[in-house]
Amino acid sequence: MPAIKLNNISKYVCKNINLEIFNKEFLVLLGPNGAGKSTLLNVIAGLIDYKGSVFFENKCIDKLPASKRKIGYLFQDLYLFPHLDVFSNIAYGLKIERKKPNEIKYRVEELLRMLRIENLTHRYPKELSGGEKQRVALARALALTPEVLLLDEPLSSLDLQSSKYLRRELKQLQRILGITTIYVTHNLTEAEEMADRIAIIEKGAIEQVGKVEEIFFFPENEKVSEFIGAPNILDCNSFRILGKGIAEVDCGGLSIIVPDEGNRIRKIAMLPRDIYIAELKPPGPDVNRFKGIVTDINVSDEVIRLKVKAEGNDLLAELPYHIFKRMNLGIGEEVFLILKLRNIKCL
Amino acid sequence: MKIFRKLIPGWGIIPVIIFLMLWELIARVNLISGHFFFPPFSMVVAEFYYLTANGVLGKNFLSSFLRVLIGFSFGSIAGLLIGILMGWKSLIDKALNPIISLIYPIPALGWLPLLMLWLGIGEILPIAIIFICSFFPILYNTSTGIKMVDKNYIRVAKSLGASDREILTSIVIPLALPNIFTGLKLESGMAWRVIIAAEMVAIPTGIGALMMKAESLMRIDIIIVCLIVLAAMCFIFERFFLFLETRFTARWS
Repeated sequence: MPAIKLNNISKYVCKNINLEIFNKEFLVLLGPNGAGKSTLLNVIAGLIDYKGSVFFENKCIDKLPASKRKIGYLFQDLYLFPHLDVFSNIAYGLKIERKKPNEIKYRVEELLRMLRIENLTHRYPKELSGGEKQRVALARALALTPEVLLLDEPLSSLDLQSSKYLRRELKQLQRILGITTIYVTHNLTEAEEMADRIAIIEKGAIEQVGKVEEIFFFPENEKVSEFIGAPNILDCNSFRILGKGIAEVDCGGLSIIVPDEGNRIRKIAMLPRDIYIAELKPPGPDVNRFKGIVTDINVSDEVIRLKVKAEGNDLLAELPYHIFKRMNLGIGEEVFLILKLRNIKCL
Repeated sequence: MKIFRKLIPGWGIIPVIIFLMLWELIARVNLISGHFFFPPFSMVVAEFYYLTANGVLGKNFLSSFLRVLIGFSFGSIAGLLIGILMGWKSLIDKALNPIISLIYPIPALGWLPLLMLWLGIGEILPIAIIFICSFFPILYNTSTGIKMVDKNYIRVAKSLGASDREILTSIVIPLALPNIFTGLKLESGMAWRVIIAAEMVAIPTGIGALMMKAESLMRIDIIIVCLIVLAAMCFIFERFFLFLETRFTARWS
């Protein structure tokens, strides 16, 4: 039975959205800016009015105000109350619920311990770092022991390192608490690392819902593959088990080492972002490294997609914009491709 | 003692001492003809002592002080309450804003002739003038402060179960405090400036009235004593609200 069910939800850009989120599931709502992700969270939280129906455990909650929906909401810019210290920020919802002072103290201290921020109790938000603010906001969202946790791009303002660390922690916490979670992001890495399932949303419509591999390797339509980058799928002419969990396959003249899962390998798939590009021959053993020629360059907002011809195979690789700029690549130039062994999917 | 130290920061006193020494010197060496028009500082201090000892200054000061205190308290409380309502409820804002926008630019002293006729010359008149002088700017600052609070804080509070009233009292008003204090600071000094002017024109008691009497007797030393008292009171009132503002908002704003 789904924990949350959205029936024909329409609001702003969102048109007739239907979506089911299962109990204790970590669902990532993935899509570009302006796709309607935050709108959908606000609908579930009851912070805006909408057309359609929201069900919790098969009960329609359209008439329930935000305060009664048992939802913890972590907003994109966190919005810690600047005039309250960490303790009071976390205790805010508990005080509103008129809990006894000793109950409030117990619960807040429990959350401070759980998120390892006991040392911040009497600090004000302006005295906290980005990561610390994140933890305080999460503690505040969890204080009322919500049944559903809504996270609206909570890590977008953090540096790469802190974001990576907090991602892991957040996922761990979600597992421990067993709380149904909807996580909004436009970041593919975040989605891949955290999701039990991913729902791709674009221009207010859900384009595909599925497990991470389904979404990345079997995009159902053009919009999804456009957003996540269509995977490179190569037919295997032959394969040879090498032992120690690896096999060698021959794909159109490319000899590729792949993880061996004990099945016969007919095809292999790689995401464009799992293929590295180098201008010079990379050091190390000559395994999964191929010379190629750039045949096409596709520039989008954040990433650059390069089509590279290697031994007659067209491979799509992805580069962050700042790296592409530094490399100064053009069509017809020679590059080296490096395939990440562990990210090659055997089909 | 701590409060005193906050009210008068140590180094600020040095230019004042230099100024007073120059004043004394210029008056004593007779650079400006006669003590009559430019008494030395020591003479002003002596007159201050004399006026305090015979109770004249105390009596007039108390009259002005009570008028400012009552007028400013009522004016600021009313300004705060209506400002909060206008900032919080757009319907009330829409209803009152046109009227207030029309009345707000009228200088407080501009009301004096009208109030003299409506209220007569008595204790209510200066209090009413101070009320008007405080009410409109504090209302304006308060409603602006309330409106400026980021709506996302309200969304967060709502998601944590707070009612409208709880959001107003626990989030919106505290976040509007810096704006509210700006209004209170400016108007607490302004109230003193206005009461002196009102007493000069229409009221027979108070510091302003004492200044007018001194003017008719050509007692420049008394006028200067009154001006110093006025300056000190403006300073103390503004510093008092600055102290409160620092106390309530410095840690987080």
